[in-house]
Amino acid sequence: MLILHCPYCGMDVDETDLHPGGQAHLRREGPGSSDEDFEDYLFTRENPKGVHFERWRHVYGCGKWFHAARCTNTLEVFGTYPAQTLDPPQEIRDKMSGKRPGWSWGIFK
Amino acid sequence: MKRYSAFAIAREALRNHTGWERAWAKSEPKKKYDVIIVGAGGHGLATAYYLGKNFGITNVAILEKGWLGGGNTGRNTTIIRSNYLQDPSAAIYEKSRSLYETMSQDLNYNVMFSPRGVIMLAQTQHEVRGYKRTAHANALQGVQTEWIGPEQVKELCPIMNISGPRYPVLGGLWQARGGTARHDAVAWGYARACSDMGMDVIQQCEVQGIRQENGKVVGVDTSKGAIDCDKLGAVVAGHSGVLAKMAGFRLPIESVALQALVSEPIKPCMDVVVMANTVHGYLSQSDKGEMVIGGGTDGYNNYTQRGSFHHIEETVRALVETFPMLSRLKMLRQWGGIVDVTGDRSPILSQTPLDGMFVNCGWGTGGFKAIPGSGWAMAELIAKGRSPLTDEFSMFRFREGKFIDESVAAGVAH
Repeated sequence: MLILHCPYCGMDVDETDLHPGGQAHLRREGPGSSDEDFEDYLFTRENPKGVHFERWRHVYGCGKWFHAARCTNTLEVFGTYPAQTLDPPQEIRDKMSGKRPGWSWGIFK
Repeated sequence: MKRYSAFAIAREALRNHTGWERAWAKSEPKKKYDVIIVGAGGHGLATAYYLGKNFGITNVAILEKGWLGGGNTGRNTTIIRSNYLQDPSAAIYEKSRSLYETMSQDLNYNVMFSPRGVIMLAQTQHEVRGYKRTAHANALQGVQTEWIGPEQVKELCPIMNISGPRYPVLGGLWQARGGTARHDAVAWGYARACSDMGMDVIQQCEVQGIRQENGKVVGVDTSKGAIDCDKLGAVVAGHSGVLAKMAGFRLPIESVALQALVSEPIKPCMDVVVMANTVHGYLSQSDKGEMVIGGGTDGYNNYTQRGSFHHIEETVRALVETFPMLSRLKMLRQWGGIVDVTGDRSPILSQTPLDGMFVNCGWGTGGFKAIPGSGWAMAELIAKGRSPLTDEFSMFRFREGKFIDESVAAGVAH
């Protein structure tokens, strides 16, 4: 079972208490964007075999959204951080770089 | 290839079964092929088979990184039906279902197609309306389905409890011509027929890169070296995104785990397939007597071929109300596969931004039923550049807003 650390409650939470919310760090496109960008925003999600950033909600707890850095190939969790964070924290990036040298994901490297 | 027949069995019985040959030849890659198909699952092998059978293209290699039929082809609940809502879906799924009817004869390989009938249960008023609508749509599409009441459901499947209390059975969408088939045999039968036509089925050969020149595909780099090709078909289900990345484009799909399980074998108690979408479960009995149970997908991206335990628990817990006898059964085995889900729950059979490369993916939680129809259509797409069966399933349909919304027919259960 997937266990994620809720950054608000400070506790480790089973996935049955969580709700998955899809890709994190989505850049929202508005009026004036190109068809390609808008298509990407609406329909094309990152689907990596490897490191991934996701939104999760602690639905049977504090009810708040947070982000998780995870590996979809091994189910390893690198860390979680509040949803208001625009960039993944350096500490989590360092941990990912240690375990997955040269990783890249969407806009992050 | 020696044909399988009753006579062949008698002949081999008289000589201690020493005359059987390999079903398909063990091949090493040649320098160049007209068409390379990546992925030797059902869809990939069917694509290769119809390339040879319908279009005479036999200089074909089918590359498989693992073993033949070891992905989702060997990991599903083998349900075959074509009771979808939208016209493009009905066309390709009904083509597929009809090809299953003669597949054993066509391939000279017993795929054990069993048209035992499929009921999709309606357990809420919403589902009653939805399935009645589907029955009307199917009538217009020439797909034989009918709406049946709860008494008929009970008659077709006596082990079912139709009176609730939480989810009483209000009726069902009945497709008498649906059923099941032996999933491994479908892959093996196609592989044998492909090999007989001179195609190379190459296992343990992982594609690691896609070579291109001037925007056109020219070959692939594999764990067994570089291989040239004129055309490339990617038929790799959950790993489609990985291959698309090698080719330099993105696909609107996400890869998630879908699980199934079987119970201990019991005496025959159920001779139809039942799908209960409200409670997220579906059930049939295998020829060995095991109750084959499938559930819903996990909600997060995953490539590990194993899913969350609690989804299994939820599926079985929900089915127990409708099938009380399940509560006394021990569960034997559980497994997971990585399915490729699109936003509108319909597949992608399409040309790609890379000239000469085609994709067949996005079958999501219900690809097994589509294997022959998908192969038929994909072969035409590769050979001719377009097919009437695939026109609507382009990967560019999302940009144009031309969805083929099958979330009712395909959102959960297969």
